[in-house]
Amino acid sequence: MALSKLSSPSSLSTNILKPLTNSFLLHRPISTDTTPLTIETSVPFTSHQCEAPSRSVETTPKELLSFFRQMATMRRMEIAADSLYKAKLVRGFCHLYDGQEAVAIGMEAGITKKDSIITAYRDHCTFLGRGGTLLEVFSELMGRKDGCSHGKGGSMHFYKKDSGFYGGHGIVGAQIPLGCGLAFAQKYSKDETVTFALYGDGAANQGQLFEALNIAALWDLPAILVCENNHYGMGTAEWRAAKSPSYYKRGDYVPGLKVDGMDALAVKQACKFAKEHALKNGPMILEMDTYRYHGHSMSDPGSTYRTRDEISGVRQERDPIERIRKLILAHDLATEKELKVFIQLVYA
Amino acid sequence: MWGIIRQKVAAGGGSPVARIRPVVSNLRNYSSAVKQMMVREALNSALDEEMSADPKVFLMGEEVGEYQGAYKISKGLLEKYGPERVLDTPITEAGFTGIGVGAAYYGLKPVVEFMTFNFSMQAIDHIINSAAKSNYMSSGQISVPIVFRGPNGAAAGVGAQHSHCYAAWYASVPGLKVLSPYSSEDARGLLKAAIRDPDPVVFLENELLYGESFPVSAEVLDSSFCLPIGKAKIEREGKDVTITAFSKIVGLSLKAAEILAKEGISAEVINLRSIRPLDRSTINASVRKTNRLVTVEEGFPQHGVGAEICASVIEESFGYLDAPVERIAGADVPMPYAANLERMAVPQVEDIVRAAKRACYRSVPMAAAA
Repeated sequence: MALSKLSSPSSLSTNILKPLTNSFLLHRPISTDTTPLTIETSVPFTSHQCEAPSRSVETTPKELLSFFRQMATMRRMEIAADSLYKAKLVRGFCHLYDGQEAVAIGMEAGITKKDSIITAYRDHCTFLGRGGTLLEVFSELMGRKDGCSHGKGGSMHFYKKDSGFYGGHGIVGAQIPLGCGLAFAQKYSKDETVTFALYGDGAANQGQLFEALNIAALWDLPAILVCENNHYGMGTAEWRAAKSPSYYKRGDYVPGLKVDGMDALAVKQACKFAKEHALKNGPMILEMDTYRYHGHSMSDPGSTYRTRDEISGVRQERDPIERIRKLILAHDLATEKELKVFIQLVYA
Repeated sequence: MWGIIRQKVAAGGGSPVARIRPVVSNLRNYSSAVKQMMVREALNSALDEEMSADPKVFLMGEEVGEYQGAYKISKGLLEKYGPERVLDTPITEAGFTGIGVGAAYYGLKPVVEFMTFNFSMQAIDHIINSAAKSNYMSSGQISVPIVFRGPNGAAAGVGAQHSHCYAAWYASVPGLKVLSPYSSEDARGLLKAAIRDPDPVVFLENELLYGESFPVSAEVLDSSFCLPIGKAKIEREGKDVTITAFSKIVGLSLKAAEILAKEGISAEVINLRSIRPLDRSTINASVRKTNRLVTVEEGFPQHGVGAEICASVIEESFGYLDAPVERIAGADVPMPYAANLERMAVPQVEDIVRAAKRACYRSVPMAAAA
């Protein structure tokens, strides 16, 4: 597609950015239909120390189409970041989120911008979900002053405090106590909001997680720990790193829920449920069963520790954007043609 | 041993923290200070006043609440402000420090107490990577108005793992402010400044100073009293040699200056107060006046505070030096337990006197280490 048109580095950035910013500017919702729709999640939730929420999720055509739009934008953004990195316009580290979009999107649908989110270094799409713009993302990746951190942070340090996004952290696991601290402050200020602290299956074994969770449970903090389990901590598969890879159960006395992280509606339902729970009963763990198509970072091909068959298998059977696309077509919310046009606008 | 006696006296004294209400109009008539205040009281009153003035300030740490503080610094605060603002934490430094920093991200003003700064090493990632660097990395979006405080450096007979001085460690980090008080006036003024400061501050106290009393003026006792961060204090003016010190060593340096005065050497003693930012202008102005410098610290010599002061003086005032800079530091060895060995491992008054004389006459050959 557009990738083949990429020539010299100077025109490269304009080539990539223009269609994306255009699509962003020209966006108008295809459907503003808000008639309620009930859809079942792919699989039921598995719970630990609590009652699982219902499999039936309330949504609207408008929401489903916005899921599709936003996830397609995120997917294209990450692919573009890949090209920019290979063209040496992005330096240092670049950790891509493609495959995991449903977690960012589903979470946003279940909460408000007054709730807080904090995550690790795979933060480009989370930032976008919180209201960040593509210009801010690409400028920051390329070290320009229009970046969200004015070029001083880089890929791992995106922030958007005005809509409750607290970064963007490079030290594995550090964001978890920080997230519990945000929750503490929310409770202290009586804001009736919650914090979602995201971490990976690699970070799930960190001691500070258990230290912070203990305090959160003792003090009834409205903190929700979300394990984005993409099954690989850098190059180490979960079964090689964790004696018990049932991350939703690792909180012991803290209730947990296992969620299909490739199903945006399941993620939305789980996050809504978790928010209600946390405001009344204290912390909770959500395990999102998800997958990343890229390697750990741009210096990792991602195929030395997993087979290409596995990667393409997930892409064919569980891709989050495909899932929403099928739902939209099945419920006749848009035609194939409309969706294709739409993708073209995004992908250019 | 002296420190142990001091500790016993302090613990056994048990005098309740007096709520200081100076009769301002009377006291202002006197030019000299009338009230004596222990450093412990000074810190307690500073915490109390800042918590009273700003509801966002809260205290967390091990034993700060019901135990009234491991060193009684937070005595009475739980009763006055309640368990939502004075929080006893489990013994999990990494966890509760991270929680404190997260609360600061959101806009609260935490004061995190480390029972000693030796335990801060378990949380140092949060102090440096989560607190110090965030303002810069986010280009100003996330400011971290947090204070990390607690006793630092050697105490009395507590052994190697409990006697480390962290001044040089934290002072090397851009994004942190590092303060170290000596007197009660320092303790009050600097702690208030630290709590009010919008950036992360590492506040290095000293266990052996908690029970020491210092005179305090009415101005110091006022609740709006505050000292500037980054300004050193000239505790004693002199013209022959400059001695820089911080925390407990200031007291030893003043004693050394008395001894030197009897031998005809007029020493200028500078109480650094602020390790980062270092008050380079005061130090250099003093060296330009006296032409000789002795830096004294309790911590290990390599890459220490004295090394930085020496480099700063050489960079800015090399032509004014009449003798090489003398550097007195703790011995380059893990702190021993036996009292006689411990005494040899920490700078004493005699060491400072000897170094000052060396700087003045060069009559005593330089020893390999202090």
